[in-house]
Amino acid sequence: MAAHSAVFSVSKILTSFRGGHLGNTAKVFGTTVTSQRNKAVLTPPPAKYGGRHTVTLIPGDGIGPELLGHVREVFRFSCVPVDFEVVNVNSALETEVDINNAITAIRRNGVALKGNIETKHTMPPSVKSRNNVLRTSLDLYANVMHCQSLPGVQTRHKNIDIMIIRENTEGEYSSLEHESVSGVVESLKIITRNNSLRIADYAFRLAREKGRRRVTAVHKANIMKLGDGLFLQCCREVASGYPDITFDSMIVDNTTMQLVSKPQQFDVMVMPNLYGNVVSNVCAGLVGGPGLVPGANYGRDYAVFETATRNTGKSIADRNIANPTAMLLASCMMLDHLKLFDYASSIRNAVLTTMNETRLHTADIGGQGTTSEVVQSVMRIIQSKGQLTAEL
Amino acid sequence: SLGLFDCQVSRVVGALKTETSRPVTSVRGMQTVTLIPGDGIGPEISTAVMKIFEAAKAPIQWEERNVTAIQGPGGKWMIPPDAKESMDKNKIGLKGPLKTPIAAGHPSMNLLLRKTFDLYANVRPCVSIEGYQTPYTDVNLVTIRENTEGEYSGIEHVIVDGVVQSIKLITEQASQRIAEYAFEYARNNKRASVTAVHKANIMRMSDGLFLRKCREAAEKHKDVKFTEMYLDTVCLNMVQDPTQFDVLVMPNLYGDILSDLCAGLIGGLGVTPSGNIGANGVAIFESVHGTAPDIAGKDMANPTALLLSAVMMLRHMGLHDYAKKIETACFDTIREKKVLTKDLGGNSKCSEFTGAICRRVQELE
Repeated sequence: MAAHSAVFSVSKILTSFRGGHLGNTAKVFGTTVTSQRNKAVLTPPPAKYGGRHTVTLIPGDGIGPELLGHVREVFRFSCVPVDFEVVNVNSALETEVDINNAITAIRRNGVALKGNIETKHTMPPSVKSRNNVLRTSLDLYANVMHCQSLPGVQTRHKNIDIMIIRENTEGEYSSLEHESVSGVVESLKIITRNNSLRIADYAFRLAREKGRRRVTAVHKANIMKLGDGLFLQCCREVASGYPDITFDSMIVDNTTMQLVSKPQQFDVMVMPNLYGNVVSNVCAGLVGGPGLVPGANYGRDYAVFETATRNTGKSIADRNIANPTAMLLASCMMLDHLKLFDYASSIRNAVLTTMNETRLHTADIGGQGTTSEVVQSVMRIIQSKGQLTAEL
Repeated sequence: SLGLFDCQVSRVVGALKTETSRPVTSVRGMQTVTLIPGDGIGPEISTAVMKIFEAAKAPIQWEERNVTAIQGPGGKWMIPPDAKESMDKNKIGLKGPLKTPIAAGHPSMNLLLRKTFDLYANVRPCVSIEGYQTPYTDVNLVTIRENTEGEYSGIEHVIVDGVVQSIKLITEQASQRIAEYAFEYARNNKRASVTAVHKANIMRMSDGLFLRKCREAAEKHKDVKFTEMYLDTVCLNMVQDPTQFDVLVMPNLYGDILSDLCAGLIGGLGVTPSGNIGANGVAIFESVHGTAPDIAGKDMANPTALLLSAVMMLRHMGLHDYAKKIETACFDTIREKKVLTKDLGGNSKCSEFTGAICRRVQELE
């Protein structure tokens, strides 16, 4: 352990000379990096000068800006050593300049926290979803979401604890469409062996790391024999290398039915892109709604954190009624990723205490509180634990 | 009694004014219906339905047919010609579950049936069953799913080794047809709103086209409210509050997932009816559960799904009194909880459950 930290402090000095390029650090300090690679999480970028990290912040549309503003407020209050580089992406423009700036910023910093960028229907079909462009350009191949029943939230089903790993770059979201004949549109769904193996491997490694027993692959291989058949085959191949973890598969329509009747039977689920969209939204709804669950997008070199269900929330924007829980928990996931574990647990505990013990709920989970009230409560709890904070 | 009639109308499937929905074959007041028992538990639940119809003295004559795929001239897979003839003549069919093997070489049987009769709309009314408790109460919605194209076109290629491409096909014609059907259904069954479910933020052109056609159909039916919602938002809201939804119309894959999700809300595929509407007045009603090979032949199956689909069929044919009688008998038996099959929480046999419903039906005479 001492050797590790010695190597890291050397790397900090060196990177400030070189200008902080992750790639160079990785090549020079190969031993440090490879030992990290065995885990499902990737090497975070080294801290910059003064021990402070720089994280890209993309406010997005709808409730994104206000929720991220609250995250910054809580971070500032708790003296978290993170500086945000804000990159605005204007969804009303047709050019890709904004999103390319954002992508460059994330390449530079390695980590980002983002709100959802709206996709306007009035734009021509050549204007792709900005969120999708971001995910594919940075090759954020794994979308991870952990759905857990919270004791303070009233739901129809109890004791849910599901990890959903969703392939994030290909499948139905390949954005390859054309109109071959007038009135006939073809949309291509691409499944590749490489990506399927990669996501299956990620899922099993994460399951092993978190001590999970079972991985379920969700597919529709009875109808899409070649596409989902390939995905399933890759999952089986990877599963054979993890004999301690049970592997089974389920067809997507049966999965949704099982989820609404007996969600407790699921442990870890891995699936292609579109089914991931459906299943993650169903699970988020089962544990209490879009305001509660954080999500993370991991690639080999970058990580982007956001709310799990990626809602823009236009109808509740700027009304101080949005639930900040999901975004705050996402920022805690980001802090864990940057290895700032103490700050992460402090904020997470405060958020969960507000949710489960104080029971200060926003309207989406049946309460009367406003966003700012919840945030104030979180900050009060952080202060009461005796850590260094700014003024309330 | 006018109130009762309204209630019944709300469960009629596709009583379109433009199509002829009455079957032509009618001998001595009896109407002939093609019956496809299917595989696994199919034969036993079909027998159960036939018994109940007999007890109710419904004027239905059954013509049994098998639809196992055969290879016609030129190697193209098709359904047996006698089955096709029977369906074309009778126009109305009742079908049990068919096997769909994974990666077996011949196309899915259900897909083949759909292509043969151009069954373009799959209609699934999901209504909470009183007496069969689920965490969701007061569910009352209908999913209308485009059934011929979309992600289930079956067009797949291996581009290079390790890269597979599946083609999702959306055509203007099919989207228009299903959109029009959805609004006609809403109008005929006095439903207040139609919601189009899509993912046009990601699939800009394909779902964009589908959405455009829905909007156009909405313009022609101003009396029905029209909304559009992303697939993920629908899923999210459906598990939190299903009462906010009325009629949902969507392309094939989303329809598959959502209709099963809604079936799960009311208690599963064992109790959900389903109807497929085709061109030229053909309508095939079916139970949508699987063949359940593990309980086949053991007198354990639950015939409720097939029975409720048969009730849907009776309403489609205009035989509302018989439909009401059989449906009431079925619901009363379930509500009483004395004789229930294993999946409904009891431990009676299929034949006992059937017998209980038959007795009820005769009492309701």
